[in-house]
Amino acid sequence: MNREFTEALKKEFGNNILDEVTSRNETYLTVKKEANVKICDHIYHHLDISLVSIFATDERKKDGFFKVHYVFSLDKGDAFVIIKINIDEKTPRYNSITHKIAAANWYEREIQDMFGLIPQGHPDPRRLIHFEDMPAGVYPLRKDFNIRTKPQRVKGEYVYRRVEGEGVYEIPVGPVHAGVIEPGHFRFSVAGEPIINLEIRHFYTHKGVEKLFENISLDKAVFLAERVSGDNSVAHAVAFCQAVEKIAGIDIPPRAKYTRTILLELERVYNHVGDIAGIATDVAFGMGAAHANRLKEEILQLNEKVTGSRLLRGMNAIGGVRRDIGDKKDGILLELSEIQRDFRELMEYLMSIPSLMDRIETTGRIYNDTAKGLHVVGPVARASGIDRDTRRDHPYAAYPEFNFKVQLQKGGDVYARTVVRADEVCESIGIIEQALWSFPDGEIKAMVGEIPDGYAFGYTEAPRGETLYWVNTSNNKIERCKVRDPSFCNWLAIEYAVLDNIVPDFPIINKSLSLSYSGNDM
Amino acid sequence: MSVEDEIELMGQRLNEKIKKIFGRSLHIREVDAGSCNACEVEVNALSNPIYDIERFGIHIVASPRHADMLLVTGPVTRNMELALLKTYNATPSPKLVAAMGSCACNGGIFGETYASGGGVDKFIPVDVYIPGCPPRPQAVIFGIMVALDKLPQKIGKTGVKP
Repeated sequence: MNREFTEALKKEFGNNILDEVTSRNETYLTVKKEANVKICDHIYHHLDISLVSIFATDERKKDGFFKVHYVFSLDKGDAFVIIKINIDEKTPRYNSITHKIAAANWYEREIQDMFGLIPQGHPDPRRLIHFEDMPAGVYPLRKDFNIRTKPQRVKGEYVYRRVEGEGVYEIPVGPVHAGVIEPGHFRFSVAGEPIINLEIRHFYTHKGVEKLFENISLDKAVFLAERVSGDNSVAHAVAFCQAVEKIAGIDIPPRAKYTRTILLELERVYNHVGDIAGIATDVAFGMGAAHANRLKEEILQLNEKVTGSRLLRGMNAIGGVRRDIGDKKDGILLELSEIQRDFRELMEYLMSIPSLMDRIETTGRIYNDTAKGLHVVGPVARASGIDRDTRRDHPYAAYPEFNFKVQLQKGGDVYARTVVRADEVCESIGIIEQALWSFPDGEIKAMVGEIPDGYAFGYTEAPRGETLYWVNTSNNKIERCKVRDPSFCNWLAIEYAVLDNIVPDFPIINKSLSLSYSGNDM
Repeated sequence: MSVEDEIELMGQRLNEKIKKIFGRSLHIREVDAGSCNACEVEVNALSNPIYDIERFGIHIVASPRHADMLLVTGPVTRNMELALLKTYNATPSPKLVAAMGSCACNGGIFGETYASGGGVDKFIPVDVYIPGCPPRPQAVIFGIMVALDKLPQKIGKTGVKP
């Protein structure tokens, strides 16, 4: 698949392609800087291939250039094609592709803030990650930037889009919210109750994670990956470990693969049950919420019994897992069957309550073309009829050995997202059961020596969707680690989902998208 | 002892303390100053039917103006610094501040960088530190109890009666 694809590209753009490198399922094509829009547009629109990430690297020490990578995912053939352009330090500009591919919007602004590379022709060149009090010329991901630097605060104001007209007023919300949730700012423009426009302003929790990766050892980096987005710890840690294992050519033992699969699915179960509880809370259906929260707590306590951590932390390591869960097999199976029985009962009950259905049906609709255009991922995408799931399209851990169905809905509303999550909980419990029934014997961790220099992708399907890590190692240290959390893709969809809905429905829509602020802001 | 019994026991002690100091209930405002959201999972767990801290007189409120205590999580990020200070100033005195989680205690794995300021006590006075990554709900309840013991001294200093 990969070979055919690159051959076709070469035929089309032969003289624009400068270099080709293939390693495993990743093909890197360096192209002429001016040809980026033409080639990306061709791949995206004519060949209908998803753009999953854009990131930059600072390789000035090596060959004098910054590089921008456009990552395309060939879902049918389990392959990635990466288009690379070289950018000279003296002319830190390149052509923006956002006017052709809407999904590129935030990536290009992120690169602008973190590397100082300017996407020319970007429709919205405001800052994204840095706030207005950050002085100009601070580019944290450049190699010559010291992580301990404390930039001065300067004066500046962020300009929101304004909606004007008779009876239109603004509602600012956040960053400190009324509920126990993470910080972020929402600016609603409303006329009466219906929302005319919503603008989100995030990155309050920006902690400099990508820069931090470059400053800590590989072993410690696994712990950092677990803390990028707290409730998706396993998905992040596994994605990171897989990238490093791919670079080093480590084949982890089957028992470790099975353990990772079980942990990933336990994480999905508690997150999805928690999201369903949140929806019941936000429609003020206390009894349903109490039931769902009780179930979530039971899974968290099961997690603690199995791994010692309620959020499944500290289990993954480069080369496998740290702790054997073989002796807990029967306990997990027993508890899960009870949880599944209760969960089915709960869903039947919830779906039979007219006041709940009234609030979630047709609410917060994300149409299929919007979801596709913004590259929405995970259960949110699947509820809008996008048939993508990393577990099936880019198999990892022990997933190829199990039977499971990718759950789809067409509606794109809160109801569809709730149904997708509920169905996925049952599928996940099915996967854990299959894994435990055929749990292999043997080691749980492969020998890991020095990690060679190289680069590779690691990917998982987190409860929120596709999670990508691109790791570049050199001298047994991390040279660059790009983290692409699913929320980074999904946040912009909320600006579309709330249109024409009323303000009181915003919390439900927000909850149904289940977005991580920390994973997005990093 | 099962989790339920453990919580029941701790809760009774907590309830007695709250009754003695506040008469009825303790109001807490949670502030995420840049956490990874794991601490929020555990704070939310405190309200589920297993822990149900409301029955012991603890209420998580929507505004700092209603709060007796701030529960702060996360290493204070550069972008959240101002919001944290505003929240602190909006909370009426005498107030308690609990730093929840390793990051809030001393910056944790994020430490001090261009984007993260380190522990909460660098920005606002902290009365009690609750370590853990994230701390279990039981640890949070225990932390609140320790904080409550500190309040009489505070009241003595400011002369304000609750």
